[in-house]
Amino acid sequence: MNSTERIITAKKSITAYLNEIWSFKELFWILAKRDILVKYKQTVLGIGWSVIRPLITMIVMAFAFGKIGKLDTNTAIPFTLVVAPGVIIWLFFSQSLQALSQSIVMNSNLVSKVYFPRLIIPLSTIFLGLVDVLISVILFFIICTWYQFLPDWKLFLAPIFILLTFLAAFGIGLISAVLNVKFRDIGQIIPFVIQFGYFISPVGYLTESVKSADHAWYYKLFVLNPVTGCIDALRWCMLDDFATFNWDSFIPLVIFIIVTFFYSIRFFRKHENSFVDHI
Amino acid sequence: MTVLSIENVSKRYQLNQKGNSTDDLRDTVTRWSNSIFKPSKKNNKKEDFWALKDINLDVKQGDRLGLVGANGAGKSTLLKVLSQITEPTSGIVRVKGRMASLLEVGTGFHPELTGRENIFLNGAILGMQKSEIVKHFDAIVDFAGIDKFIDTPVKRYSSGMYVRLGFAIAAHLEPEILVVDEVLAVGDADFQKKSIGKMRDVSNSGRTLIFVSHNLTAVQGLCNKGAYLRNGELIKAGKIDEVVNEYVKTVSKFQLKQNWATPDDAPGNDQVRIKTISLTPNQEILVDNFDTRTPLKMVFEYWNMMDNAELNVSIFLYSMTGECIFNIGDDAKIYKKGIINATCDIPGDFLNDGSYYISAMIVKDRLAPVFFFEDALAFDILDYREGTDWYGKWPGAVRPKTISVHSVQKELL
Repeated sequence: MNSTERIITAKKSITAYLNEIWSFKELFWILAKRDILVKYKQTVLGIGWSVIRPLITMIVMAFAFGKIGKLDTNTAIPFTLVVAPGVIIWLFFSQSLQALSQSIVMNSNLVSKVYFPRLIIPLSTIFLGLVDVLISVILFFIICTWYQFLPDWKLFLAPIFILLTFLAAFGIGLISAVLNVKFRDIGQIIPFVIQFGYFISPVGYLTESVKSADHAWYYKLFVLNPVTGCIDALRWCMLDDFATFNWDSFIPLVIFIIVTFFYSIRFFRKHENSFVDHI
Repeated sequence: MTVLSIENVSKRYQLNQKGNSTDDLRDTVTRWSNSIFKPSKKNNKKEDFWALKDINLDVKQGDRLGLVGANGAGKSTLLKVLSQITEPTSGIVRVKGRMASLLEVGTGFHPELTGRENIFLNGAILGMQKSEIVKHFDAIVDFAGIDKFIDTPVKRYSSGMYVRLGFAIAAHLEPEILVVDEVLAVGDADFQKKSIGKMRDVSNSGRTLIFVSHNLTAVQGLCNKGAYLRNGELIKAGKIDEVVNEYVKTVSKFQLKQNWATPDDAPGNDQVRIKTISLTPNQEILVDNFDTRTPLKMVFEYWNMMDNAELNVSIFLYSMTGECIFNIGDDAKIYKKGIINATCDIPGDFLNDGSYYISAMIVKDRLAPVFFFEDALAFDILDYREGTDWYGKWPGAVRPKTISVHSVQKELL
């Protein structure tokens, strides 16, 4: 018989909290697995949708910005390849942000009936987007073969920037998830942010074209967008020596992640015990 | 050995006068801006509601503790604190060993997933390791009786199958302490019997059970210890029979006697006035509560203000739902002015368990109601049964033993 004593009381220390999260790692995997399994249930194409979405997005972007916007005239490599990292990051970021902000409300039946560290729920949302990222990367390789383009060693750094993208979404996503429990307005705001978000992120165009615009202040604001940092970094590592590493957007990204990450976890811990009263 | 000790546990909810959970963002912003512009106005009244007040309770290993109490007594809050869904406002709970709580069956079932996938999902939610689930998988499917539908999405399950699967998973949890809330309210009689049996096994193997149900029969049949909560306070804890008796005595709306000393303030009219009406056990051993075996005696007395009136009494017995179970009367006779006494014997082993009430009517000349004394008596009959392992609610308005069923072996195969 297990003789360890568990104490239920009003306050919990941070180490006990982390230990507890670790002891529920099994649940973490199973929730992630559930989200992936459920996503394409009762669809004809199933996982095929994870191929179609990024593929169509890349083609449309390359056509709209490249051909119609005439941005492809002075690039050294095919414009579809230039767009690919932007699309990968944007789809991952928007999907993660959406899933994070809805995570607590979507699992309200669990939150009100069983105990586990609530942080498990938002954490497990990362895998949903990661599956799509993986498929998009495979797609990227196919396009590379098509255009006979070979990325260099920097490609192996890509997972780091993918993780940073999740962390960028994590902070605001977690705060939104907490607010969404009480104010369902968040559920209205997030899709709206996602809708116009990719016009102010360099998904279909390059950060350099913003830099060379007439107004210098616009570029200064532009690099503060954390998604810009992620896309610039992924372009740098996926596209051989096409792009240079942009510290202008990378440093704001790192600061943004550090600040929002710790603040959001504190915010979450402060409110997680009252979820059940508001849900 | 004490496996669960609850020490001075209290839980407070704030009934917020301003702001509540149904607020939207606009309300909050309005309130917030109001408080800036009108700082003098004090509208931050907060009302405290103590769902649990200073609960102290020890549960020993192998105990089957039944929590009883009316709705809103704090039973569910206590279970929520024990299962860590909410934190206590003050106090400490010490738990030895793994505790699993079953506040509903099939928690976290996803309708799109198959039975098989949901077993693993629900098992993990309830805190099982994957290896444990694999070990018990066949037993779970067998217990739930859904082997044909194991690869069907649970959204296509009947509600019975859904509940059976949910309970089957929880029943194979093997925690040291199992907390169960009201799961027996669902499922058919056969499944109820199976699940009570399973919970017995749990306690027979030295594990501890905490059980909440409104079905007192199930609580009494299953538990050996009890705790009675009222308005967040622990009124009584101890042997289950004593606790249930205490509970029944205090909550049921017993009205076993009504008595008036003089005709002036008694209910009635110019012709008749009620003097007394009472219901007592018609046996020598006095009991606090009536169960299905207890014979009952009703006494009804009234003042007759009319000379030479032909009167008779008519008694109505209703079930709690308002259905009339029977209506009987005596023969009409000529009475002089004075007190008239009527008695009625209700035999034991006749009424079913449940709540009943009685109305009495005085009839003149065999056709004209003189006075109808409504809801004169109210009483509860407790369940009593032996020679059965089934603890579901016994159906029917009456449970007469005078009507019997006989079976014989007619032929041998």
